[in-house]
Amino acid sequence: MKPVDVVRGQMMPLPRANVDTDQIIPKQFLKRVERSGFGPYVFYDWAFDPEGEPIQDFIIHHEAYQDAKVLVSGPNFGSGSSREHAPWALEDWGFEAIIAPSFADIFKNNCVNIGLLTVVLSEDEVGELTRIAEDPNNEIVVDLEAQTVTSADFAATFEIDEFAKHRLLNGLDRIGLTMQHAGDIDVYESQRAEHKPRLS
Amino acid sequence: MPNPRTLFHKIWDDHVVRTGADGEPDLLFIDLHLVHEVTSPQAFESLAMAGRPVRRPDLTLATVDHGVPTEGRALGIQDPLSRKQIETLVANCAANDITLYGIDDPRQGIVHVIGPEQGVTQPGMTIVCGDSHTSTHGAFGALAFGIGTSEVEHVLATQTLPQKRPKSMAITVDGELPLGVTAKDVILAIIAEIGVDGGTGYVLEYRGSVIESLSMEGRMTICNMSIEGGARAGLIAPDDTTFRYIEGRTHAPKGAAWEQALEYWQSLPTDAGAAFDREVNIAGSDLVPYVSWGTNPGQTIRVTDRIPSPADFDTALDQDTTARALEYMDLEAGTPITDVRIDRVFLGSCTNGRIEDLRAAARVLEGKTVHADVHAMVVPGSGLVKLQAEEEGLDQIFKAAGFEWRDAGCSMCLGMNPDILMPGERCASTSNRNFEGRQGRGGRTHLVSPEMAAAAAVSGHFVDVRDWA
Repeated sequence: MKPVDVVRGQMMPLPRANVDTDQIIPKQFLKRVERSGFGPYVFYDWAFDPEGEPIQDFIIHHEAYQDAKVLVSGPNFGSGSSREHAPWALEDWGFEAIIAPSFADIFKNNCVNIGLLTVVLSEDEVGELTRIAEDPNNEIVVDLEAQTVTSADFAATFEIDEFAKHRLLNGLDRIGLTMQHAGDIDVYESQRAEHKPRLS
Repeated sequence: MPNPRTLFHKIWDDHVVRTGADGEPDLLFIDLHLVHEVTSPQAFESLAMAGRPVRRPDLTLATVDHGVPTEGRALGIQDPLSRKQIETLVANCAANDITLYGIDDPRQGIVHVIGPEQGVTQPGMTIVCGDSHTSTHGAFGALAFGIGTSEVEHVLATQTLPQKRPKSMAITVDGELPLGVTAKDVILAIIAEIGVDGGTGYVLEYRGSVIESLSMEGRMTICNMSIEGGARAGLIAPDDTTFRYIEGRTHAPKGAAWEQALEYWQSLPTDAGAAFDREVNIAGSDLVPYVSWGTNPGQTIRVTDRIPSPADFDTALDQDTTARALEYMDLEAGTPITDVRIDRVFLGSCTNGRIEDLRAAARVLEGKTVHADVHAMVVPGSGLVKLQAEEEGLDQIFKAAGFEWRDAGCSMCLGMNPDILMPGERCASTSNRNFEGRQGRGGRTHLVSPEMAAAAAVSGHFVDVRDWA
């Protein structure tokens, strides 16, 4: 996993509430067995008509926003299905951070696990950023170490789980970390109740 | 005297392999890992690339459900991508000695239906699956939650998951459900109360006389939709109803092990005086059938209500969300929901695809015919549910009424297989999500109970099933 430190670049505003993972990456793309290559299909049903032609009004197609690195959206972002394909698609498109007033639990975990930064700001702060993002020339800086977001004359701090921060900053492989405690797992297994079910 | 603890806290404490220090999460042991074809291939691939074996194949159970066709299986899987995905799971299970209920196995079915059916879902367990509706298994007093593919890989490799302990919420539903009001209506009412993100960061415990009086199937319907209220997990204290359901099933403990298990299970319910971080109370006797009108499971109304208007909401964001939903659903504010006509009926899913759901719908349908404008189908939750329904003659009732009688799978709940809504079609669905395009691009989903779906199938529009009682 690639370490995350400072995300600097353009914002894309998507001021909608409850953006669910079915919208982020619709089910027809979940049939792929690969982990990469989902970027062109992000927000597909909002971005393309049933014939597959781009819906030009949708912001993902706007020429001025093609370099966006930070998505700014509404509350309960990433709700619904546990599909990790959703953060894969956002990351593959080019996003390195998402800012919203709140995130769904499973989505947030999935993002940490792939090194995609989720930043929670208040509804007012997100509203302010959305207005700033309407000018694609405005740059944003998300500093994970300092836990700050700055853009134009906007400045805010954000809370983040200490351990998630540590993992993101260092790009730590979660399985590798757990493997260091394999002895604890051995001990636990040796004391586990006999009545628990086994498949084989 | 130890501190009183909740059911959730007891299960958590029993599964801590290593307590996290300095802000680190606890490392939890996972008793059962359920696997399906859609969220696992990338996990198996990474595992193989890292040269890591599956630590506990004996605690892992796989089936195919999301992408399987529900008719014409003898012809094989026509969609080449779904076929490849299913073949990939078959190969991964074979390579790693994982038990798989494949497409030709009578035990195949929706992953959240087969676990309880086989008796592998038991009280006090930790259960995970790369699927958000894993919360279903909480009905047995298990801590069960959905995970992403990176976490699937982590569990395959270590049989553990690092987790920060969520907060706890008690949702008490007291009183007695009126006739025609079901577990589905209870959970839709709960989501209407707490909101689609009210449960974020919490594990829910459903309690109270209404919950205690429900069958295991009804309890599974409730726990299943915990995630639609934002909660990764929802659970219900195990009791005699739970034990009777489990006893005698294939993987249920037998003999001395049963006695040992029972003693443990009976120790699990929340202690008197244990504290929850939040408590919500719902009056069960006041509940009525619910119908969703919008594009998230919190956008529901009572069957006696009219479609809301953006003006009914306070904030600009809520007004915008409502306006967008009305536009997508092609609904006019102020219309009674019972005036809304439907094109399709889907009876099935991990929410309402179990035997009791089929029985309830069949009772409504007996001697009646599906409306001429409606295309209706039943997709049993598993091959064994289908067999049992056929033994009881339910298939004959459905077929005589004009329903299609399909093979088991997730089907039109998420439309990954050929069962989808056409653009503009409106569906009364017993599933769990009414998101835009969920059942097919441009399709319009209304979430209801099996009884309400059956009554709508006959009428061609939503009706209050209580009038049919």
